[in-house]
Amino acid sequence: MAKFTKKRGASKPEVSTASLPDIIFMLLFFFMVVTVLRDAELKVENNVPSATELTKLEKKSLVNHMFIGKPMTNYQKTYGTKPRLQLGDKFADISEIPLYLEKHRSTVPEVQRPGITTSLKVDGNVTMGVVSDVKTELRKSGQLKINYSAKKRVD
Amino acid sequence: MSKKRAKDRMKPEVNAGSMADIAFLLLIFFLVTTTIDVDKGVLVKLPPWSNEPPPEMKMNTRNVYSVLVNANNELLVRGEPASLRTLRDNTKEFIMNPRRLDNMAQDPTKAIISLKNDRGTNYKTYLEVYNELKAAYNELREEEAQKKYGKSFAFLEKGQQREIRSRIPLVISEAEPTDFGEEN
Repeated sequence: MAKFTKKRGASKPEVSTASLPDIIFMLLFFFMVVTVLRDAELKVENNVPSATELTKLEKKSLVNHMFIGKPMTNYQKTYGTKPRLQLGDKFADISEIPLYLEKHRSTVPEVQRPGITTSLKVDGNVTMGVVSDVKTELRKSGQLKINYSAKKRVD
Repeated sequence: MSKKRAKDRMKPEVNAGSMADIAFLLLIFFLVTTTIDVDKGVLVKLPPWSNEPPPEMKMNTRNVYSVLVNANNELLVRGEPASLRTLRDNTKEFIMNPRRLDNMAQDPTKAIISLKNDRGTNYKTYLEVYNELKAAYNELREEEAQKKYGKSFAFLEKGQQREIRSRIPLVISEAEPTDFGEEN
């Protein structure tokens, strides 16, 4: 028995923390993968309506976004209060849509191009006029798959 | 130099305890700056653009379910004022025509929903109407799937889904909006 008690100095039993960083890193990578940094600063009011028949847009790289809404208060001096289109991070004219679509299309591999979807993030208070104009322009540019962005409605 | 006694030769160890703190900082940074936000919405397929006016189609009026949303966000369904709450059920009845009435669709494959709006229509109302119409179709497909295969539409095989889709095709035709009530 004495054999076992002969220890050099009573060392405190310590839990190794060496693996803790690995666990945290795993969490970190998880969050880095599942999240997207919002790349565009919103310049228009954008409160999308709610609906029930929703489809999730799975492939993020195949989606381009268009925002439509009233300019935010600090832009109203220059841009007025009429609903406007925002492409990327700046206000745009309807006529700039084909170029915007083409820019996005060139980043997508050719085989995946038929799957490109345009996500229309339209503020609920906008009238259909500007939306129709955008839709017409999308049809002219051959971008027919669109997605009216909406929140899930719980009833 | 190397003749040190084994007792003194401690392994040089970097204290890994602070690594966790660094990782935590990064983790918190990503937690704060990012949003888990899956883009969801009502998926719509637009018709291709053509410069020629669409060919005049002679449709049997009984097969056309016209829905008009005006600039005051009021609904007119087949010439009668209607409400959003009953739209879904009425649409379903029109498509399936369970009582074989002669003012409703001859067959689900022949039914056409015609949606028209003004430029002044509120987008929220428009989307709600569109959502109801789409919901009517989705519910009908679900019912058909339950009746035929006893399974939910989402769990059917690809071929079975396709079959039900061709049985109840979603046809929502959108006319060019009329210029009413556009805000300036």
